[in-house]
Amino acid sequence: MNFVALKMLTGDRAKYLGLIFAIAFSSFLMAHQASIFAGIMDRTRSQIVDITDANVWVMDRNTEYFDEVSALTDDDLYRVRGVTGVKWAVPLFKGQPRAKSPDGKFRVVILLGLDDATLVGTPHKMLLGSASDLRQPDAAIIDEAGYRFFFPDGPLQLGNTLEMNDHRVRLVGICDASAPFTNFPVVFTRYSQALNYVGRERNLLSFVLAKPEAGVSIAELSTRIQSATGLRAMSSTQFGRATIVYYLKHTGIPINFGLTVAIALIVGTVVAGQTFYIFTIENLKQFGALKAIGVSDRRIVAMIVLQALLVGAIGYSLGMGMAAGFFSIFVHKIATRGIVLLWQVIVGDAAIVLLIVIVASLVSIRKVLVLEPAVVFRG
Amino acid sequence: MNNANETAVVCRDVTKWFGQGASRVDALRGVDLEIRMGELSMLVGPSGCGKTTLLSVIAGLLDSNGGELEVLDEKPARMTKQERIQFRRRNLGFVFQQFNLLPALTAAENVAVPLLAAGFNRIDAVREATKLLAELGMENRAAALPSELSGGQQQRVALGRALIHQPRLIVCDEPTSALDAKTGHAVMELLSEVAVRPGRAVIVVTHDSRVFEFADTIAHMDDGRIQEIEPGAARARQIANFGAAAPAIQ
Ligand SMILES: Nc1ncnc2c1ncn2[C@@H]1O[C@H](COP(=O)(O)OP(=O)(O)OP(=O)(O)O)[C@@H](O)[C@H]1O
Ligand SMILES: [Mg+2]
Repeated sequence: MNFVALKMLTGDRAKYLGLIFAIAFSSFLMAHQASIFAGIMDRTRSQIVDITDANVWVMDRNTEYFDEVSALTDDDLYRVRGVTGVKWAVPLFKGQPRAKSPDGKFRVVILLGLDDATLVGTPHKMLLGSASDLRQPDAAIIDEAGYRFFFPDGPLQLGNTLEMNDHRVRLVGICDASAPFTNFPVVFTRYSQALNYVGRERNLLSFVLAKPEAGVSIAELSTRIQSATGLRAMSSTQFGRATIVYYLKHTGIPINFGLTVAIALIVGTVVAGQTFYIFTIENLKQFGALKAIGVSDRRIVAMIVLQALLVGAIGYSLGMGMAAGFFSIFVHKIATRGIVLLWQVIVGDAAIVLLIVIVASLVSIRKVLVLEPAVVFRG
Repeated sequence: MNNANETAVVCRDVTKWFGQGASRVDALRGVDLEIRMGELSMLVGPSGCGKTTLLSVIAGLLDSNGGELEVLDEKPARMTKQERIQFRRRNLGFVFQQFNLLPALTAAENVAVPLLAAGFNRIDAVREATKLLAELGMENRAAALPSELSGGQQQRVALGRALIHQPRLIVCDEPTSALDAKTGHAVMELLSEVAVRPGRAVIVVTHDSRVFEFADTIAHMDDGRIQEIEPGAARARQIANFGAAAPAIQ
């Protein structure tokens, strides 16, 4: 009877396509929004995960996340260095001065000042130039997206200058950095130089980056630093997570995306459910005839489930195809770089579509089960 | 089919009502009726007198409220729901006024439905159905969709669907009233030729007096009761037609 179910379904072309369309769009929208949401939230910790040389981040007790920092003192740095189990500890500055290109384009940038001696925190993926060139006077490295903002024409090229706080900065390198949440350019320079570029800010010490000695775990070292100095210390992973949690809690982003996903879910369920219901209602006479002829209820339920699963599977595949197509195009665009269709979203979306078709078919199944086969004799 | 009993259906004081209290409608008020094997019995009477209800009760589509009913030596009242579905699948063929073909299936596939319901695979079922359609004069239209067929052709397909599994009882509700007189006549002619045979009973509900000539027996119904039973014009006919050689199913 399976082919009968499939023919019944595909025989009504308009409703068949309507069902697939509803499910495809709702699964596309859900996958699309969920992935962009995850991608955007992930970006809030971009500059944390990009630094891989150090494992422990030390910060003021009041610092909650990466983008808003309460400064430390030089004394704090020495105290961290004095904690047993610390292999090394270096300063990191993070500020947001305004940079201007020679032809007057300007934008706030994320400025990272790296320890002069070790350059801990330099970008690993250099597209042009070398990280060690940061040691030159007035040198800075900028990320590709930032470079393209300031110098939109022509190929990547070293030697361009920017102006920050009336100081000239020479670009000695272009790197590939994870996209920051704010989409600002990311600029790396030496710690000692950074002060010149930020103007009014007095204290430069945003974070101390530390590395444990062999045999000391990151968690252990964090605890030791905390109890010895009274500062906050945690692993890169923890700090990244704390930053994401901060944005989840304190911005409307999750609500906005959650709302879109919920609407996609509800509209998908309602439209698919209603279309499927109408489809069943219009075929009620046919189901009645089948019941009269002696097709068992179980067989009929199986037919409806098969129909629902088929439109679910096709709609879902189309939706995922659209989402994959979207992200494969936009992953390379500057504004949306790095945002991908996550496998968790693909799996979650499948589960939700399954839920949609189950809900959609349940109503129809009930309708058919309570149907009196005697209706076949009614005009 | 080697049934010694010559009666297919026995109704004794069968009652059926719909609804309850003030809105209760008594559709059957004590029906006494015997339907004989090998005959085409017609059930006639004014609109609303209970013909369709009686047919539904006999076919096991509706439960009666009282009285005794025996169909093919079985008592539907004693069957479970599952047994009743299986009983219909094995023993009954249906022809409806509105044909009730599945519009997405071809003529042959529609005819094959009872075999599919009985577990035949698609290829075998459609092959048998195509053979039967040829015997019904539809050899060229087996692959057509119902929407591509005339009313008469659709009713022939429905007839095929009622016959394909060799049921012992065929029930038809107004099989000709959606057709013009000539087509209706042709369908009845076919029905009486290929469907009526020893070991099988055919019940036709109709108020189309032009087809009364095909009846072996005519039961007149009024107000929920059988008023009179008279022999029909076809009674004298030799019942020697050997129709479709469709597969028997267990
Ligand atoms: N499902 C139902 N619910 C309520 N009343 C019903 C139902 N089915 C039939 N009836 C009533 O039972 C009575 C008999 O109906 P039935 O359909 O059996 O008549 P009929 O002889 O087939 O009429 P017709 O020639 O118009 O088809 C009518 O009064 C009808 O309104
Ligand atoms: Mg009727």
